[in-house]
Amino acid sequence: MNEQAPAIELKGISKAFGPVQANKDISIRVMPGTIHGIIGENGAGKSTLMSILYGFYKADAGAVFISGQKTAIPDSQAAIAAGIGMVFQHFKLVENFTVLENVVLGAESGARLGPSLAKARKELTQLAADYELNVDPDALIENIGVGMQQRVEILKALYRQADILILDEPTGVLTPAEADHLFRILEGLKAQGKTIILITHKLREIMEVTDTVSVMRRGEMTATVKTSETSPAELAELMVGRKVLLRVDKVPAQPKDMVLEVDNLEVIDDKGVKRLKGISLNVRAGEILGIAGVSGNGQSELLEVLGGIQSATGRVKLNGQDIDLTGKHSDGRSRRKRGIAHVPEDRQREGLIMDFKAWENVAFGYHHEEEYNAGLLMDQAAIKDDAAGKFTRFDVRPDNPMLEAKNFSGGNQQKIVLAREIERNPDLLLVGQPTRGVDIGAIEFIHQRIVELRDAGKAILLVSVELEEILSLSDRIAVIFDGQMMGEKLPNDTDEKELGLMMAGMTKEPDGPVHEAVEAQLAHVDGEAK
Amino acid sequence: MDYLTLLQILDSTLRLATPLLLACLAGLFSERGGIFDIGLEGKMLAAAFFSAATAAMTGSVWLGLLAGIASSMALSGLHGLASITFRGNQLISGVAINFLASGLTVLIAQSWFQQGGRTPSLIGGGRFEEVTLPFADALRDVPVFGPFYAEVISGHTILVYVALLCVPLSWYILFRTRFGLRLRAVGENPAAVDTAGVSVIGLRFAAVGICGLLCGIAGAYLSTGLGAGFVKEMSAGRGFIALAALIFAKWRPWYALYATLLFGFLQAIALRPDVLESMLQFKIQVQLLDALPYILTVVILAGFVGKAIPPRAGGEPYVKER
Repeated sequence: MNEQAPAIELKGISKAFGPVQANKDISIRVMPGTIHGIIGENGAGKSTLMSILYGFYKADAGAVFISGQKTAIPDSQAAIAAGIGMVFQHFKLVENFTVLENVVLGAESGARLGPSLAKARKELTQLAADYELNVDPDALIENIGVGMQQRVEILKALYRQADILILDEPTGVLTPAEADHLFRILEGLKAQGKTIILITHKLREIMEVTDTVSVMRRGEMTATVKTSETSPAELAELMVGRKVLLRVDKVPAQPKDMVLEVDNLEVIDDKGVKRLKGISLNVRAGEILGIAGVSGNGQSELLEVLGGIQSATGRVKLNGQDIDLTGKHSDGRSRRKRGIAHVPEDRQREGLIMDFKAWENVAFGYHHEEEYNAGLLMDQAAIKDDAAGKFTRFDVRPDNPMLEAKNFSGGNQQKIVLAREIERNPDLLLVGQPTRGVDIGAIEFIHQRIVELRDAGKAILLVSVELEEILSLSDRIAVIFDGQMMGEKLPNDTDEKELGLMMAGMTKEPDGPVHEAVEAQLAHVDGEAK
Repeated sequence: MDYLTLLQILDSTLRLATPLLLACLAGLFSERGGIFDIGLEGKMLAAAFFSAATAAMTGSVWLGLLAGIASSMALSGLHGLASITFRGNQLISGVAINFLASGLTVLIAQSWFQQGGRTPSLIGGGRFEEVTLPFADALRDVPVFGPFYAEVISGHTILVYVALLCVPLSWYILFRTRFGLRLRAVGENPAAVDTAGVSVIGLRFAAVGICGLLCGIAGAYLSTGLGAGFVKEMSAGRGFIALAALIFAKWRPWYALYATLLFGFLQAIALRPDVLESMLQFKIQVQLLDALPYILTVVILAGFVGKAIPPRAGGEPYVKER
């Protein structure tokens, strides 16, 4: 096998964006018929490297060899011609086109559409049978779930006769059952001799499905190893550059008084769709309640109602006293006054103002507080002082509050938001997707801070689409599906599989294939995930 | 109202709807490709002037038509350069084109012809002749259908029939060809087109080019078919009415025909206040009638047409991203 030319070989690829060196002298060999993982933290340069391979960016230096041939890839057209197909993290599909039209787009066989579509329909049926890639050719993209959308992306690549398939963070939007199905598809493709490059930051996936794995850190390729000869701990260390704790270190919770009681909460959105259909839950002081669910099933609305962004009907009590859900005390400021702090799901849109300085962001939401004001004017010196302190205590890097928020990495942006909210010493902390787009090193830090707050006797409501995070942080887990609670589990008493089924609205394993049942259930939840 | 009056109104409905229809289809191609174009008005005006001026100087209405199309497409190119190549704001570019056309046409007209910003009246070969369709006279005596055929269907300039033909043609191109599929895709999600290996810039320039072509025909029709020469601001807001019709039509060719016929009908009514008065038994201000199409535009834009979803990537310059 060793004499065989690599399917892809990159030699000395470098790429800089301004002063930022995204890729530094990267060389990699991917053998045909293997699944090759590329793992690295956010901003390590994985996506840049793949964008160069797919003709989105032009490398400053270096060369690409496909099956031993030096190949120039100036644009996507050339990449497709070279047999490379790419499934992007954010799907590149036309929402109001059918599956068939999306597959054909750009690969039509003639000027008239009819024959092209007929030909594609035939081939699609064949591909579906070969690789378990069943899709409905006539369904509109906007009406199908993300799992099927992803299969359409794979079909698009296969229809263009791709031999090399690149998948960028493919499981970010999938439930565990769907992810397992995807891995089976990838195994099937590999068995047919296709070469697959899997980009991810999830160690579990790398261990489960890849043959070899390359680790990237800060634009450099730090190692390429056989998956069978490595371990998650070793990979994590290679990614971060130091030893990392993969599990959250915490003692059992000591729940005390009831802090949050939610009773029969209902939310109807602007389009008249019921997003919450009678949610009830409670959180005690000193415990973390984790809400698991596929994004778009009502967890965002729940956080928004409690955070004072969205009005609702039902009853919410904090420390035994009612909270205003519709009137003039239903805004964020009143919530903060009552002792509710909110780390929103989308930190870049709701947690920070990206174009403002970090020190200004530190005061947002609390800018009315006396300590930040001096008479009519804001006390800038006090805010800057406070920001500097928070930066030190939360280890924000670079340690310079005068920079604009957008100049920080995802993890450090999240630390700024966390510092602002946690240091107010709230009775209840609402925290949504605390580690989305956050690198491993910062994840460890953020998790520790949340557990510390719990141990200080505060109530925490955690919303996350990462099951691993829910399982490791929560003291109790509630599963939300289609605006309803599917039930509660204790983390020691459940696993990803069971939670995954509940996230799709099922209480027991279905008779047929699991991923199909999951998909069918999720397809008619009208969520943002799509 | 007798049958003949009705036929006359329908006849002028068709005449008046033609420039709206052409401009509406022009906007349809542009917006389906993701480029908003509020410069339809300006392009029509420029085309109206250059086709009248060329027709006046050469005596050939066909050369006039070509000049009109060329001027409109030149402005389209400008719009494309600003909004596609340089990723500028499409609305601002469109407004600029409207101002440019409004000022330049009068200025050049004055400089060339010294007639107060108009072109000389077009005579003979300088105008499009009315075409009498076959059997129009033979069928005239057939009850009901005969007069309808002779008065409404027959007896228009060639450009009216061209405009009507453009409707099924546009539908076919958009929904039955490879180009149409790609054009619609680029207005919805240019990233999908780009990653499929098709040039976003090329497609969008094609969309803008077709828009210029159709606007050019619309403008030429105004000064050489509907009228007999160019007068200042002769497009009279038709480009904006066409945009309203486009929303009304939900960016679909056949609906565009119906929508522009409705607007044409209102304009035709406004020209015949006597008919309305005799029907309603009271006098209506002519100004109110004149304003009817514009009032309807406002009503439509205020959302009385139900949900009209524009192409999703419309108005946004395409920037490659990871």
